[in-house]
Amino acid sequence: MKPNTLSVSGTFWLFVALLFLTSNVNAAEPDTRTIIANSLQAFYYTGDDMHARVLMRLINAQGRERNRELTMLRKNIGAEGEQRYYIYFHTPSDVKGTTFMVWKHPQQEDDRWIFIPAIKLVQRIAADDKRSSFVGSDFTYEDVSGRTVDDETHTLLSTEEFDGRPVYVVESKPKGKTDYERRVSWIDRERWLPLKEEYFDSRGEIIRIFTADRVEQVEGHWTTMARTMKNLQTGHRTETRFDQVDYGIGLQENLFSERYLRNPPQQWIR
Amino acid sequence: MDPIKITATSITVALISAIQINEAASETLELSGFVQAHAVVRTVDVDCPAGTECDVPFNDQRAQIKAEGGNESGSVAYLGKIDLIHNWALNDIDSEVRELYVDYHTDDFTVRGGRQVITWGAGDLLFINDVFPKDWGAFYSGQPLEYLKLGSDAVKLDLFMGSTTLEMVISDFRADRLPDDRQFIISSPFSASLPRDMEEPEAPEYALKLSGYLRSWDAAVYASRGYYHAPALMATATVVRGTHPRLNTLGISLSGPVASGVLNLETGYYDSEDDGNGADPTMENSQARLLIGYTRQIGQETQIGIQAYAEWMQDYDAYKHTLPSGYARRDEVRTVATVRFTQYYLHQTLTVNLFAFLGISENDSYVIPSVRYAFSDNLWMELGANILNGSRSGMFGTLGDNDNAYVTMRYAF
Repeated sequence: MKPNTLSVSGTFWLFVALLFLTSNVNAAEPDTRTIIANSLQAFYYTGDDMHARVLMRLINAQGRERNRELTMLRKNIGAEGEQRYYIYFHTPSDVKGTTFMVWKHPQQEDDRWIFIPAIKLVQRIAADDKRSSFVGSDFTYEDVSGRTVDDETHTLLSTEEFDGRPVYVVESKPKGKTDYERRVSWIDRERWLPLKEEYFDSRGEIIRIFTADRVEQVEGHWTTMARTMKNLQTGHRTETRFDQVDYGIGLQENLFSERYLRNPPQQWIR
Repeated sequence: MDPIKITATSITVALISAIQINEAASETLELSGFVQAHAVVRTVDVDCPAGTECDVPFNDQRAQIKAEGGNESGSVAYLGKIDLIHNWALNDIDSEVRELYVDYHTDDFTVRGGRQVITWGAGDLLFINDVFPKDWGAFYSGQPLEYLKLGSDAVKLDLFMGSTTLEMVISDFRADRLPDDRQFIISSPFSASLPRDMEEPEAPEYALKLSGYLRSWDAAVYASRGYYHAPALMATATVVRGTHPRLNTLGISLSGPVASGVLNLETGYYDSEDDGNGADPTMENSQARLLIGYTRQIGQETQIGIQAYAEWMQDYDAYKHTLPSGYARRDEVRTVATVRFTQYYLHQTLTVNLFAFLGISENDSYVIPSVRYAFSDNLWMELGANILNGSRSGMFGTLGDNDNAYVTMRYAF
């Protein structure tokens, strides 16, 4: 039967081509997309759920400092990358009690809400501002809750040592128009966490640098406990420290709802 | 004392004492607050009537103390916010309980008793199903937004049924605060020399909200049985009498993502029960209200929001026929558009905001530009203006002699 023969030979040649391609790079190495996918998984999806107390220090070029102290709760929903985030602000006193919720959908725009305690208002907010600053810091919303692997195209530049760790160096170029032209990441080959990222503008100048300042194992999961994002154009930087990190604590999905935006879940907020 | 009038207050007192007995030692108590100065300069050159502060109608210094806490398990929580106000313009010292409530939480419900702010609906500074008291004097003088909302003395029960929530509110009546003629120039058809006799309803108000998610949309249905929060005025030869006629409302709202932005829809029916056929010119006729709004990001740190709003007067013929001569006749359909533009600079320490109400049918406008700068986490300053223009018979134009510029400075601790 003619069609069948054709498809068998098609599969055969595809197989040969794949063999040739993979052996040409290194049979043991994952492809670049997988490296990034693993890195996003390690950085944003570790554990089924997570609790962390986060201190953000926003420091301007003159050294003047503002602080944001918050509790972050996160839960993974299913295996398709769906997530829920809940953030409660402890300080500064003017925003204390403000809560923020994201329903992250990998295949469509996220849903986001904010609760403003002074007027007891829950407001849905537009989710098109992934690259906008998160509460005035150098981290964007996307830096906090993650991006999608196929938002960018990825190229492996090299494998090397960085700060005593074996890393992949990967260049990523966003497919859509955004505030950076390309991004270079140093990704730990064993732990998959990004140790450094440089963001370049269209003139090839570095605009932002991310560094993982302290990486520790928490309950078996490698976790970036301290990180910095520095804006090289303004000299402003944000240093973030994670404390009280816990994984697999059994957060219920219904915690990520308007009810708890208005009435923060006390057992997790303390 | 009327046994019904005290429902909300007495239940709250009972709740607080029950909790005090139960939870003799409170586990947490946090104190915070702020001091704030707010001054307003009239920017139109007008002759003010006697008794109206003309050049500097507002000059307030305010301290707010906030106390909040709860028990170890989180089942009981409380919050109190008390303002001490030095009103320099009117040479007055006052205190005000902004909020004072106790919460009792279980897995299935929450009860909140006491003075509490409740905000419902999907509009941005346009209210349909938010039937709770407001302070319009604070709003037109550029006070921070939280002062637009007045607390309700209420018991509120939230029942959680899966992803659906039913909220039930019983509250004592609290009238809106309208612009005060000691600080605003208000055109009134009634002689200023006639004494005012204002009556407030004794019976409580009831409000219901059923809300949940429909896929990615927030949906809610509302109903209320209460009173108009602005008075209906009627003059006799010797007195101007103000009453608050009965009002029932029914409405829905929807809010969800459309084309990278947020679309808000809200509608409601205002049933003016005491004026069933619309023939009483002192009372509001029944109305249907509709609002459509859309907000989205138009650049980094830049947001724009637009809204279209309509109030459709029912029984318009009856209104026309009974309106006394000499009164400006309102339109059958009042339409308003709003625009909001917000831009952040300098790591969100500098906020430039513009909000404009455009009275389409009444040919008037109200524009509120403002700039806020946060010097630190504790200290911010805002400069802004309230600019009212257009037809003097319009809702905004009627306040046209009150254009002002304001400055607010707040130190939070």
